[in-house]
Amino acid sequence: MAARVRALETILTQKGLIDPAAIDVIVDTYETKVGPRNGARVVARAWSDPAYADWLRQDATAAIASLGFTGRQGEHMQAAFNTDETHNLVVCTLCSCYPWSVLGLPPVWYKAPPYRSRAVIDPRGVLEEFGLTLPKDKKVRVWDSTAELRYLVVPQRPAGTEGWSEDDLAGLVTRDSMIGTGVALEPEAA
Amino acid sequence: MNGPHDLGGQMGLGPVAPETDEPVFHADWEKRALGVTLCAGTFGFWNIDESRHARENRHPVDYLSSTYYEIWIKGLERLLKRHGFVSERDLAEGRAVDGATQPKRVLKAADVPAVLARGGPCDRPVGTPPRFKTGDRIVTRNFSPTGHTRLPRYARGRHGVVEAVREGYVFPDTNAHGEGENPQWVYTVVFDGREIWGEDADPTLTVSIDAWESYLEPA
Repeated sequence: MAARVRALETILTQKGLIDPAAIDVIVDTYETKVGPRNGARVVARAWSDPAYADWLRQDATAAIASLGFTGRQGEHMQAAFNTDETHNLVVCTLCSCYPWSVLGLPPVWYKAPPYRSRAVIDPRGVLEEFGLTLPKDKKVRVWDSTAELRYLVVPQRPAGTEGWSEDDLAGLVTRDSMIGTGVALEPEAA
Repeated sequence: MNGPHDLGGQMGLGPVAPETDEPVFHADWEKRALGVTLCAGTFGFWNIDESRHARENRHPVDYLSSTYYEIWIKGLERLLKRHGFVSERDLAEGRAVDGATQPKRVLKAADVPAVLARGGPCDRPVGTPPRFKTGDRIVTRNFSPTGHTRLPRYARGRHGVVEAVREGYVFPDTNAHGEGENPQWVYTVVFDGREIWGEDADPTLTVSIDAWESYLEPA
């Protein structure tokens, strides 16, 4: 596959159809600029500021854009807030839809058949494979991203973080906790 | 299409196998695959729905044994050939042999940040008010189109409830095939796990999809 991709890039470059330097910028964007730290900022703000949390609940696209996170695969956003009663989990059974603007590029497992097939029918079994066991009576809500709406799970704020700064709170927000395959880190783990 | 990509509820595909400290890319060719795909998307000759269909419309053995970037490249080659940007001879020789269609745009490095920041919003005005409102009971249509659709098989012919009225979005089922954007209202529709998976389903489970209006009927 490496040779096949190289050949394709060569052909398109020779035809003047692509600028290889543009590819470098795209790669750099998703390696160093756009990633789950963006989403962690959103969650930390929502934990710290009830008015922001309300805005995020009502109009996630605008609330997230206000922090500077916009663009490709984040054009239309919805936040799913975990509660004591309900745990949210996001999947794209049909392809690999994922909120790039706040989480970056999706991990391999998110795009692969085991997760896509099982998240909708056996979410608890899937979560066990991530080391997360939900209480039996906790409701599980799975969001299948079948349209161009992208979902960000807002995990519950861990106890013992009262008075923490947004920066410190963001350090507790893992990528998986914003997909729903994890929860936020406990303070002692940070 | 009832294709290999429509994976919800399929069994036997193994454990999820999350990877600790997963890198953004696992090989340099994946970086180039992402970049070439995004650059070619700016030619202006296809849309996200046509590219999704180019990826999913393949033999199940091929689809399920390819990694996701492999599927992207196979789909991209198909699109580039279909729209006259590369030929079989180009690919066979690994260099530009034949001419190419004139693209509407060539993405330059300096323009990448703005293009990525703008994205490709799919919301469009719809000339009619939404047919459904929050709380309405609906049943999804049962169909088996041979072309592209975003109604998964597991969610066809199922009873659910409208949880949210979203916006008007481009309709993938026609947009993927050059038949126009034909925007429709989109709804978040929630199903009880047992409605989808039957009596052994997790009783605490609900599953939602985002459904275009023509996927739904009143129940």
